[in-house]
Amino acid sequence: MAFIPHTREDVEAMLAAIGVDSIEQLFDEIPANLRLSALAGVPEALSEMEIGRLMAERARLDGRPLCFIGAGAYEHHIPAAVWAIATRGEFYSAYTPYQAEASQGTLQLLYEYQTMMASLTDMAVSNASLYDGASAMGEACLMAVRANRKSRSRRILVPTTVHPHYRRAAAAVAGNQGLVFEELPYCTEEGCIPPGSLGRYDGQDITALVIQQPNFFGRLEDVDALCDWARARNILVIAVVNPTSLAVLKPPGQWGSQDANKGADIAVGEGQPLGVPLSSGGPYFGFMTARMEHVRQMPGRIVGRTVDVAGRAGFTLTLQAREQHIRRAKATSNICTNQGLLVTAATVYLSLMGPAGLERVAAASHARTRELVAALSRVAGVRRLFRGPVFHEEAIALDRPVAPVLEKLAARGIIGGLDLTEHYPELGPALLVCATETKTTADIERYAGALAECLREARAA
Amino acid sequence: MSNVPSDLKYTKSHEWLRTLPDGTVEVGITDHAQHALGDLVFVEVPEAGRKLTAGEAFAVVESVKAASDVYSPVTGEVTASNAALASEPEAINSDSYGKGWLMRLRPAGASPPALLSAAEYEKLIAEEGG
Repeated sequence: MAFIPHTREDVEAMLAAIGVDSIEQLFDEIPANLRLSALAGVPEALSEMEIGRLMAERARLDGRPLCFIGAGAYEHHIPAAVWAIATRGEFYSAYTPYQAEASQGTLQLLYEYQTMMASLTDMAVSNASLYDGASAMGEACLMAVRANRKSRSRRILVPTTVHPHYRRAAAAVAGNQGLVFEELPYCTEEGCIPPGSLGRYDGQDITALVIQQPNFFGRLEDVDALCDWARARNILVIAVVNPTSLAVLKPPGQWGSQDANKGADIAVGEGQPLGVPLSSGGPYFGFMTARMEHVRQMPGRIVGRTVDVAGRAGFTLTLQAREQHIRRAKATSNICTNQGLLVTAATVYLSLMGPAGLERVAAASHARTRELVAALSRVAGVRRLFRGPVFHEEAIALDRPVAPVLEKLAARGIIGGLDLTEHYPELGPALLVCATETKTTADIERYAGALAECLREARAA
Repeated sequence: MSNVPSDLKYTKSHEWLRTLPDGTVEVGITDHAQHALGDLVFVEVPEAGRKLTAGEAFAVVESVKAASDVYSPVTGEVTASNAALASEPEAINSDSYGKGWLMRLRPAGASPPALLSAAEYEKLIAEEGG
């Protein structure tokens, strides 16, 4: 089936009208060395029947493992109503329709989403979403450079306790625009940034500080001290937060100890925990909220509430002068869309859960993780890696290399966590584990028992 | 018909420039420019202390129709900017040569750049169909 409705005659008529011989010729001004003749690694198209069979086989390979891996994507219960509503014809679309005259339902949903995210993060304004948490952090760094007009350095401090993939994505998104990312080392005893270690940046021109809470190790950073330090020096604070955690932790809008002028400047994060299945890594969505003073530097779309000519309430895209179709090359960002379908699911999820429901999910996930770490710590050769509180994941140390142990666990149908060795070799054999409300005591005991066996086998080998 | 005061200097990109008694210069956008943009809803002005090169964008004016950069007519250092525009951007529509000023700056170097006289600017906007 052809998805392009133009016939060959249509195309020829249009080319003749503008005096061009071929479609190819329209792209002549792009230098040859910047063009790809083919996409490497992308195979020939398959038929619907072939692709259906291929995907069913791939899904079978995944099996139904017991999953204790978090590290940025989290397995939460998704009420059946979420996707039953999100896939209704009124919402289900390959491309988000924004025309106010045709899309009041979609625009109202996005407005409700923005309201929920602003409320959850305790920030003044939200956009209609970005692609994922990692690229949202990159966009937040670019936004901070635009918004912090007291700083000219484009230097962004990024703790190594920020998700390694987020740091890579931010460098990819923003690195070619002259931003300089400086890594802040963490305390290997505590798994956090010691606020005192920031003193060596006193008096320097720094544009922004990124703080992930909970951090990549699941540990809670001293966000108040970090935020106070940055705000006292005209350094913007970019919060990277887990939305589930905000039901029980202090939201970024309240970070800092000063009553006046407290809070992060920009909050971003991965929206997947809000009703989006893990599905092999995507599609997910990123969220971004900010202080009102920075709203014109925000990337992406923003829906506003207004009145029509007859004075009736309605919804429409607003502040579009930031965007590409108006500002062209000087747009704040090249993002002119949002993750409509995923945001629909998240909005339905949040409205079904409500604040009390989300708090129960967060509290249960925290309790399950504590139970998991307690059970694993009783296994010979396993210990907790860091002192101090966590939200719903924690790093544990093993007495031998992690990768072979994870393989043995996988053979028993258990995904045991994320091997930290690749990104944090200084920690020795270390494993990041997570339990959400989806795990039972029996699941946790099964994992602890299997881990004991796997370690015994590894020791014997 | 646009208002083009005879005591100011102008640029081809529709900024005006007024030399103040203390030697600093005040810069804004012309009546013709505000008229072409329509109702202004937001103005971003530079921080005092910022060093600008002639031709460099120093402000953004956003109307219901478009957002446009405003370019510095001269090289120098910003001494003040019009903070009142944050809450009252429409001052540029109503009084572009007075309350609608954008910034003041201290020019660097002695030789003034090639700016247009009021008569030359009137001719320019007449040619542009304004």
